[in-house]
Amino acid sequence: MSTISIFTDENWRLPSRGRVAMLSLIVGESAIFTIFVVAYIYYIGRSTYGPTPQILDVPWLNTLCLLSSSISILAAERAIERGRMRAFAAWWGLTMLLGIVFLAGTAIEWKRLIWTDGLSIRTNLFGTTFYSLVGLHATHVVVGLLMLSLVLIFTLLGRVEERHAERIQVLSLYWHFVDAVWVVVFSVVYIIGR
Amino acid sequence: MADQTFPIPGTLDVSPSRGVGLLEWLRSWVITVDHKRLGLLYIVYALVFLLVAGGEAMAIRIQLAIPHNHFLSPELYNEFFTMHGTTMVFLVGMTLIFGFGNYLVPLMIGARDMAFPRLNAFSFWMSAFGGLLLYFSFIGGFGLYGMGAAPDVTWWAYAPLTERAFSPGHNTDYWALALIVMGFGTLGAAINTLATAFCMRCRGMTLLRMPLFVWLMVVASADTLIVITPLTAAQVMLIIDRYLGGHFFDTQAGGSATVWMHFFWIFGHPEVYVLILPAFGIASEVIPVFSRKAIFGYPAMVAASVGIAFVSLSVWAHHMFTIGMTSVSNAFFALSTMMVGIPTGIKIFNWVATMWGGKIRFATPMLFCTAFLFQFLCAGLTGIMLAAAPWDWQLHNSYFVIAHFHYTLTGSFVFCFFAAIYYWYPKIIGRMLSETLGKWHFWLFFIGFHMTFDTMHFVGILGMPRSIYTYEPDRGWGTLNMIISVGGLVQATAVLILVWNIVDSFRNGRLAGNDPWDAWTLEWSTPSPPPPYNFATDPVVYSRRPLWDLKHPEDPDWKYER
Repeated sequence: MSTISIFTDENWRLPSRGRVAMLSLIVGESAIFTIFVVAYIYYIGRSTYGPTPQILDVPWLNTLCLLSSSISILAAERAIERGRMRAFAAWWGLTMLLGIVFLAGTAIEWKRLIWTDGLSIRTNLFGTTFYSLVGLHATHVVVGLLMLSLVLIFTLLGRVEERHAERIQVLSLYWHFVDAVWVVVFSVVYIIGR
Repeated sequence: MADQTFPIPGTLDVSPSRGVGLLEWLRSWVITVDHKRLGLLYIVYALVFLLVAGGEAMAIRIQLAIPHNHFLSPELYNEFFTMHGTTMVFLVGMTLIFGFGNYLVPLMIGARDMAFPRLNAFSFWMSAFGGLLLYFSFIGGFGLYGMGAAPDVTWWAYAPLTERAFSPGHNTDYWALALIVMGFGTLGAAINTLATAFCMRCRGMTLLRMPLFVWLMVVASADTLIVITPLTAAQVMLIIDRYLGGHFFDTQAGGSATVWMHFFWIFGHPEVYVLILPAFGIASEVIPVFSRKAIFGYPAMVAASVGIAFVSLSVWAHHMFTIGMTSVSNAFFALSTMMVGIPTGIKIFNWVATMWGGKIRFATPMLFCTAFLFQFLCAGLTGIMLAAAPWDWQLHNSYFVIAHFHYTLTGSFVFCFFAAIYYWYPKIIGRMLSETLGKWHFWLFFIGFHMTFDTMHFVGILGMPRSIYTYEPDRGWGTLNMIISVGGLVQATAVLILVWNIVDSFRNGRLAGNDPWDAWTLEWSTPSPPPPYNFATDPVVYSRRPLWDLKHPEDPDWKYER
């Protein structure tokens, strides 16, 4: 009978389904990014004509903004865990702001590339791989921002409470992932590939 | 013993009320988030497309039965074998595994529903929409030969054939977009399965007490996460090439057709393991119950499944031995492919050891699983032959390859899922399928299968390439092809018997009761069909065979399991 007594209510703990699902999604998304990154690396220097990666400027400000947004969302997670909703809203808003600055920086970069350097997605192989990889990441930032803004709206309406901390943390996982991917994309596109 | 039932105390017995209007009834199916209804939708959807793709296969076989035949036009022939492959893999295979997974995983782990019921509904309807999109191309697709063109670029769709210049119109876009849409559905289903199995288990259901079917669904879903997504990525690249003028696979601008091959087979090869792993799960449920023995070597079975999933990720380029890879790559992929034989060998030995000394009942599910064992062994052996690169150089793209993978996908996957239909139909519908018709179905399908696919090995060795429209009479392939086609018709007859059996037993089948097979997993403790919330009180389990413990309190499993 010893086996039975092991399973009392107190000892039966299961992982959070939100976390498991978000981690699964992240694994799947990582595979998508891996394919695009591999394509980018494989095609470096294979364009037969047109602009080369030398025209790129390293987006330091963008990178700084996106990486610090990971810290600010961490602060927001801490705040909601302790029930400090005003601090939570402030940190959450700051995270969104940093994300928006990142997107704006990308827009400015792309405008220069398209209008000054004449590089579009159809110009050559470099254009195709560059815009699709950086664009795929930017798409994820947009999706992340949409979800963050939903939370912000609900926070300002007073609907987000301390008991939602775990959901907020699950969503934050996604944002951390988007940041981590940027580290890879940044290193591949702007450091190694240039 | 078989008639005795052991419901878990307090099980709900609420049947959904009938007698509502047709529209109401349809609406209830469209808005449902119940895992059993969605599972059933998946399964019915898969069976419908099994008939469609089977019909396409029949047309292909009639076309190839005699030399210089003109039963189909060459254009339609290309469309039919493209659609046959795409449909069977994505609309039949993936939907069948997630259909049974949806239905059974929550029941087997003692949960009331999947972890995310609404995501579940979303996943199904995405898959359903993808399938309709694919088949709409027969009416709305515009291809090389005008309106009404389905995709005709083969199911592996090698570049640069798929580029705008060589595939004008948009039938190829239907293919790519349908697969992207279905890919999202599949990703959702895989995430849901993982979250359900890890986070929704009833008390006492530790990971190493989960039924093997649940384990295999977990492994297959985890594999799906990193397998379907590369395909989605490659399809996005193809769409960028076709719509935005990109150059990923445009060889003139420096793009590479080989990259598509790599990306496609990084998806394509593990995909067949994603399909076959749940089939293994079914065999691991059916064989013990009909051998009246607990599964032999449960931990080894789990470890072997995880091993297969890992090894499967490093074998893809064995589809590409003939493109001129380096000898190091050839050797690597040959050896890694042969390595798959080790964990699958463990599994086959364990199934045989389960049957060994058991009191075997050859009911229809067991017949299908026994044939599966034998056929999967043959498929594995031809797999090792094709993994040897020099052998593959000789037989690549021949009917030998077709025979090999139909041995795995028809001889193993389809056989196991037929077993699953006979085994779980009583649970899902509440009535038994006819055993007589089941035996007819099995023997006809078995004979037809071997007529078709054994013979295909020979025409392959005689040099008949795959995907050809017709052939010259003096090649000496005529008789063999006629045998293959007749075998195909025998299989089609057998499938029609199954369809009749399913339809007829729905009204006239013998009532099943809770536990017609005297089985041991939790789903058999509920009424048939199970009530909407499965279990009124959460069950508690103490071993891998909870129902055995209930039926044999004097000799429960938990005394022996550690």
